Amino acid sequence: MTMKIGTGQFKERVDQGINDSFMRGAVAGAQERIGTRRNDVISELNWEEWRSHGEEIRQHVLEHLDYYLEQLSENVAKRGGHVFFAQTGEEANEYIQQVVAKKDAKKVVKSKSMVTEEISLNTALEQAGCEVIETDLGEYILQVDDHDPPSHIVVPALHKNKEKIRDVFSEKLGYQLTSKPEELAGHARKKLREEFMAADIGITGCNFAVAETGSFSLVTNEGNADLVTSLPKTQITVMGMERLVPTFEEMEVLVSLLTRSAVGQKLTSYITVLTGPREELDVDGPEEFHLVIVDNGRSNILGGDFQSVLQCIRCAACVNACPVYRHVGGHSYGSIYSGPIGAVLSPLLGGYDEYKELPYASSLCAACTDACPVKIPLHELLLKHRQIIVEKEGKAPISEKLAMKAFGLGAASPLLYKMGSKIAPMAMNPFTDGDKISKGPGPLKAWTEIREFPAPNKERFRDWFKNREKGGKQ
Amino acid sequence: MKVTLFATCLVDMFQSDVGKATVELLERLGCEIDFPEAQVCCGQPAYNSGYVKESKEAMKRMIETFENAEYVVSPSGSCTAMFREYPHVFKGDSIWEPRALKLAEKTYELTQFIVDVLKIEDVGARFEGKVTYHTSCHMTRLLRVASAPMTLLKNVNGLEFTMLPGKEQCCGFGGTFSVKMGQISEQMVDEKVMHIEETGADYIIGADAGCMLNIGGRIQRTGKPIQVLHIAEVLNSR
Ligand code: SF4
Repeated sequence: MTMKIGTGQFKERVDQGINDSFMRGAVAGAQERIGTRRNDVISELNWEEWRSHGEEIRQHVLEHLDYYLEQLSENVAKRGGHVFFAQTGEEANEYIQQVVAKKDAKKVVKSKSMVTEEISLNTALEQAGCEVIETDLGEYILQVDDHDPPSHIVVPALHKNKEKIRDVFSEKLGYQLTSKPEELAGHARKKLREEFMAADIGITGCNFAVAETGSFSLVTNEGNADLVTSLPKTQITVMGMERLVPTFEEMEVLVSLLTRSAVGQKLTSYITVLTGPREELDVDGPEEFHLVIVDNGRSNILGGDFQSVLQCIRCAACVNACPVYRHVGGHSYGSIYSGPIGAVLSPLLGGYDEYKELPYASSLCAACTDACPVKIPLHELLLKHRQIIVEKEGKAPISEKLAMKAFGLGAASPLLYKMGSKIAPMAMNPFTDGDKISKGPGPLKAWTEIREFPAPNKERFRDWFKNREKGGKQ
Repeated sequence: MKVTLFATCLVDMFQSDVGKATVELLERLGCEIDFPEAQVCCGQPAYNSGYVKESKEAMKRMIETFENAEYVVSPSGSCTAMFREYPHVFKGDSIWEPRALKLAEKTYELTQFIVDVLKIEDVGARFEGKVTYHTSCHMTRLLRVASAPMTLLKNVNGLEFTMLPGKEQCCGFGGTFSVKMGQISEQMVDEKVMHIEETGADYIIGADAGCMLNIGGRIQRTGKPIQVLHIAEVLNSR
């Protein structure tokens, strides 16, 4: 699966993440910064009402996805745009390669897009002989750093700080200035300007497509998407099949939810809306416009237990609230989709074989569910994954299955439970040191590697209660 | 008022002092306590690991056991939240869903019961010491009980309270997560302990047996001079 990043087993990647104190500092700092800003801007609104509204809009669209996709396609075609519906990532890439060939394009500029990462479009473009330039600053930094994969869906270079970025720039681009953000950005801007002028094709993602008008919105803080869509003669917009809204009215609600949740801003610096290729009186814009709608597994999610995950507007609020992500970082997930949304989505798009650990990489603390602006019950979906892994996929370890069978019998039988809890102090005796167990057997081993476990009480609570009843209340 | 105690398996086996304090506290507040012997585990360990079938057996026993109770009260936010989740688990089951719903509706976490049902905000407790409080995730996010424990603690005489920095962060327990993802859980509990130390408190108070086992176990292992107490023990001290 192409959304895969990194190598090695999940546990190894997690170890790497945990031991990368530099990355962890950057992640924790960013979580706190963005989190505080978000809390400030959402407190200005009746946030729960807005969330419900957002949820309704997204649910409505998913229930009528066929209708809105058709409406969108018609409106794009009406304005002279080309629409291609790709069932798979390969189909999408092939179509785009054909456009590249027809235009004899040598240079492509891109604005930030997760779906093109998902289908590995850049690799496909390079195979077609194209030079690809990422123009989102974060993505650009990663690209310059030998295609370091993104670690966050909104802030792809979150795992790097300004000093690291200066090092990357000096090593790869001969940069000689300081690590001041303005100087770094200035340098990138100068480089990118040249690329924009020379590009044959501009490729964008899509935050929300508006079905009623055939328009596309791009939410950025850098304005790079404006140049991607106005300078090159040909524009290709790639969108996940579910990323649309009926009209501008709904778009406004979702954009408000998005910018507040993603970066803690009421609005971002740029919200670019494009409708089709250049028209007669337009001063700029592409001469040719292609829309590529990507399914790539989404139809299978529709109508099932996980449909709500398609409500996602990729704001990363769940990622920023996640304590697991905080300690392991984005690369540990092994998918371009990291954090809670990644743990839910990656097994659906990439399969359980590749991503069977992710649903367990959560303490089910529900911080994600609370943060989600469109009310996706993320922690419940993780539980659903676990249930499927156990019941349908049969991928759970045998020892665990046996333990849980025993649990089913033991916990459900008052008699067995009572006996079990009564003999526990005796059974635990060999491992007990005073009031604690420091080296436990079986499942306690993993626990006691990190912490003490209490020795079972000699007198259980229930015994105390019974004796007390017998002796009458004092 | 008649109260049926759902002690939870952790309290029954490992933290009987918490159970005792709960009984004494509620009695002092005028409740009559009953403890049905047939109670087992709420099923959460299996349920949260994806073993829904197995967990349903335990859930059914619990529904039966507490069927005649007027109020069910538990000294654990997470286990209370599990009871409240039962109707969702049995959704569409014409026999068990209505029974689960009845149980969910009459089940309360201890502090929630004291403040919302008994309408008591000051239990007349006295506790000398510098404390901080861990707001468990299931208690705050699933059960939506956030203010009750704070209200009760505020009215304890002699208690010096400091808010825990990063209080909304999970302590890393998460049931089987604590052993299945031990390496991650360790980082989470270490950050929690670090924050507790920052407050300079001598006691960390909680309302959830699982979190306390986790935080307490790590504090003990790393030899920090901080004691873990359940809120029932603090409210019961005079
Ligand atoms: S799941 Fe919700 S919080 Fe997470 S990225 Fe999607 S919309 Fe944002």
